[in-house]
Amino acid sequence: MRSDAGGRTGRRSAAATTEQPAALANPRRVEAQLLAGAVLLTAFAGTLLGWSESPDLPPAAIVTGVALAVIAIVAHITVRYTAPDADPALLPLAFLLNGFGLVFVRRVDLASGTELAATQTVWTALTVGLMCAALLFIRSVAPFARYQYTFGLATIVLLLLPIVPGLTAGVINGAQLWIELFGMRFQPGELAKLTGAIFLAAYLARNRDVLSVATQRIGPLLVPAPRHLAPLFIAAVGAMAIMASLRDLGSALLFFGTFVAMLYVATGRLAYPAFGLVLFGLASVLAYRLFGHVRVRVHIWLDPWSDVQDTAYQLAQSLFALGTGGLTGTGLGFGRPQDVPFSATDAIFVVIGEELGLLGATAVLVTYLLLVARGLRIAQTARDAFSTLLALGLTVTFAFQTFVIVGGLTRLMPLTGITLPFISFGGSSLLANYLIIGTLLRISDESRAAARGRDGSPAAAAPAGGAGP
Amino acid sequence: MNRSIGRVGAVLIVMFGALFVNLNVITLLQADDLANHPANRRLIIREYDIPRGPLVVGEEAIASSVPTDGELRFLRTYPEGTRYAHLTGYYSVVLQRSGLERALNEQLTGRPTEVVAQNLGDLLGGANRPGNAVLLTVDGEIQAAAEAALAGREGAVVVVNPRSGAILASYANPTFDPNPLSSHDRTVIRDAWDELRERDDQPLVDRATSELYPPGSTFKLVVAAAALERGFAPDSLFPDEAVYDVPQTTADIRNFAGGRCGADPEITLTDAMRVSCNTVFARLGVELGDDALIRQAERFGFNRAVPYELPTATSAIPQELDVPATAQSSLGQRDVRATPLQMALVTAAIVNGGQLLRPHVVNQVLSPEGQVVRGPNEGLWTGASGDARPLSARSAEQLRQMMIEVVDTGTGRAARIDGVTVGGKTGTAQAAGGPVVWFVGFAGEDAAIAVVLPDEGEGATGGAVAAPVARQVLEVAARRTAGR
Repeated sequence: MRSDAGGRTGRRSAAATTEQPAALANPRRVEAQLLAGAVLLTAFAGTLLGWSESPDLPPAAIVTGVALAVIAIVAHITVRYTAPDADPALLPLAFLLNGFGLVFVRRVDLASGTELAATQTVWTALTVGLMCAALLFIRSVAPFARYQYTFGLATIVLLLLPIVPGLTAGVINGAQLWIELFGMRFQPGELAKLTGAIFLAAYLARNRDVLSVATQRIGPLLVPAPRHLAPLFIAAVGAMAIMASLRDLGSALLFFGTFVAMLYVATGRLAYPAFGLVLFGLASVLAYRLFGHVRVRVHIWLDPWSDVQDTAYQLAQSLFALGTGGLTGTGLGFGRPQDVPFSATDAIFVVIGEELGLLGATAVLVTYLLLVARGLRIAQTARDAFSTLLALGLTVTFAFQTFVIVGGLTRLMPLTGITLPFISFGGSSLLANYLIIGTLLRISDESRAAARGRDGSPAAAAPAGGAGP
Repeated sequence: MNRSIGRVGAVLIVMFGALFVNLNVITLLQADDLANHPANRRLIIREYDIPRGPLVVGEEAIASSVPTDGELRFLRTYPEGTRYAHLTGYYSVVLQRSGLERALNEQLTGRPTEVVAQNLGDLLGGANRPGNAVLLTVDGEIQAAAEAALAGREGAVVVVNPRSGAILASYANPTFDPNPLSSHDRTVIRDAWDELRERDDQPLVDRATSELYPPGSTFKLVVAAAALERGFAPDSLFPDEAVYDVPQTTADIRNFAGGRCGADPEITLTDAMRVSCNTVFARLGVELGDDALIRQAERFGFNRAVPYELPTATSAIPQELDVPATAQSSLGQRDVRATPLQMALVTAAIVNGGQLLRPHVVNQVLSPEGQVVRGPNEGLWTGASGDARPLSARSAEQLRQMMIEVVDTGTGRAARIDGVTVGGKTGTAQAAGGPVVWFVGFAGEDAAIAVVLPDEGEGATGGAVAAPVARQVLEVAARRTAGR
């Protein structure tokens, strides 16, 4: 047993040095191949959708694939020069999801007579461009930690922007989450996820030692001194209170989950998630008592069939779409997205479920899970506590966001309006998610570069490490 | 921190696992229920892609699907408007379906509902295959005669072929126009629906099959059948008295006109039937006993669900009657209730030599290629004991002769038709809102009829009001069935 295992290890390390040095040394080549795959899959889906319209392929069907290819090339080249050692799977997975998003937004366009796909393509180009710019100008995440309170304050400001007179776009679909600038709508709360995670990561990295030491006893639980916890709770509870009053319960859940997960990882103490669960339970009961719209949501969740035509309409239509799709789906272009409210934004997952069936929906979930796995791996291998906590926080936010909306649409939990990362129509959401990917790229690049000894100046090392033979 | 990150990862995997399991439940286990849920519009849109088969009376389609340019590709239209509304029902995107549109949906779409729901039609290469045509047993002229004879008055007419159980006409007032309810415009549907629902006279209720009335003296046919089955004869003599002193109560039974029924101290059963003598039939009912009366009614189909293509109300007689109730029930009062369809079936059984037949309104279902998919649902209407004979052929013939007497010289004279053997029985039941007047009868051996008019005001009688309506319809029915 022992010698066998040793032998296998020996063989593998031998192979690594002789046969695969290029692949290991050049994650960018892997990334390029995977990106090509993601673009091809998108183009294929776009073509199928085009054929469902008419036998002679409409040009618009091909535009999606071509546009995505161009954007992918730009992104890839940027990463090659600015983060040559970054994780090779992040960008392809994000582009795969984004590409499917473009195809299905166009699918909704065809069904509903809207023209969102072109806008979403422009948003993709712009937000990927912003991510590239960030990679170009921000060569390390370490400086973020120095401005933790700035980011903390920014989080609160971003969350409050939608209620500022003159900026606010008013209450839309029961929630006040948008601002209007130059005739365009933004959801600043999406960016708050990023700034909030930066603040928490910095704060926790700095204070994790004191937070890990329990000095106070509450019942059977040992907890740290209140003064160490206070700023954290004030920030988290404040952010959640704002979102609860803006009626954005999905985001509140997201923030809270991220907060608890980061606290747990920073301290290693199970008491935090345990305490968090209790707090969450109390908050849920309180929200149920206080807010009529929460009660309505819960009742819809428990019994959607008694009010199918009114309050439970969206959930019922979502379930109808998924049930009609069954195992293999109706086929791309043969479902009825026009029957599902918010089919281009919050409910786009059920459009995929209806037309591609359980198989397609599962593939999408697996893609998210792969992205989350990469994110957690990056968190584990990050070179300092701040980077680790930031990667973890962003990954958990991403995972929770997917869980909250898919779980809501499938009646696993009460439905709350929130976007499906990369797939839902919407520029703010795309921007936030590409900035998350950019940050993860940067963190992974820093840690791998350090491991390879390419420390110090990533810019100087980039051409040699990335583009070299 | 790495271990705790691993744990966070494990929690996330469990959460995504829950999503996956839940997705399986929805798309595999609940898929059929969700795809077929009434509020799932997909079903309707696919269904409206199908050229639904017509409902046909004679040579004429009384419900047919015509192509449109809209999202719903076929519009259901009913050229005769209100005339067949209670039979056809409506076919509506908002209200779903009613009547035969509902009962025969699978035949009319030509596919099982599951196939429509899951869009399997396309896979099987029959996307545009039209549905089956359903040919009804109804005779267009008799139906039109029923509509004309009622002349807009509240009431119902049912005509049945006694030898087959085929429904020749089934018409009820007030009625409705199924066209706006079957519109593709939701506001048109809503407006029409709200208007129909707000009316006090309930035009959506099919008074021919779904409304229960006290049968009044037409129920004397059931009492007479029980008596004949127990050894009485048409010439059996009964005391003719102005007042029947009902045992155990002070509520005595009097005759309709107040006096006695004849000139002699005694009266035959035939004569008692002819002039609808209350005192005789109340005494006879009490003599036979509640059990005999109830069993006889049940053998005719009371207290049993009618095996018919359309939903019907079940005619009823209580399971137990004390003596005063027996006396009143013998006159079709108290808690005895019947639909016009049920009374037409009682009459048909008498004409058909005592055999009770299943009513049916579908004659044939034809595939688009013209093949017979199914024939009429003919046959005996057997009871719990496996028996479909409410009375013997001899008793049936005696009762039939008594009914002919009623029309020849009795209360039903207004139903007489020259050159046609017409028999019948009138009824005038006292109800809270005024008398419910009836005529049940037959012309020849090919048409049995039940007519009810529940709102003709004080003073109306079956003989004066319902019998002429029946005659008007039977005239046409006799002409239409004579050649068969």
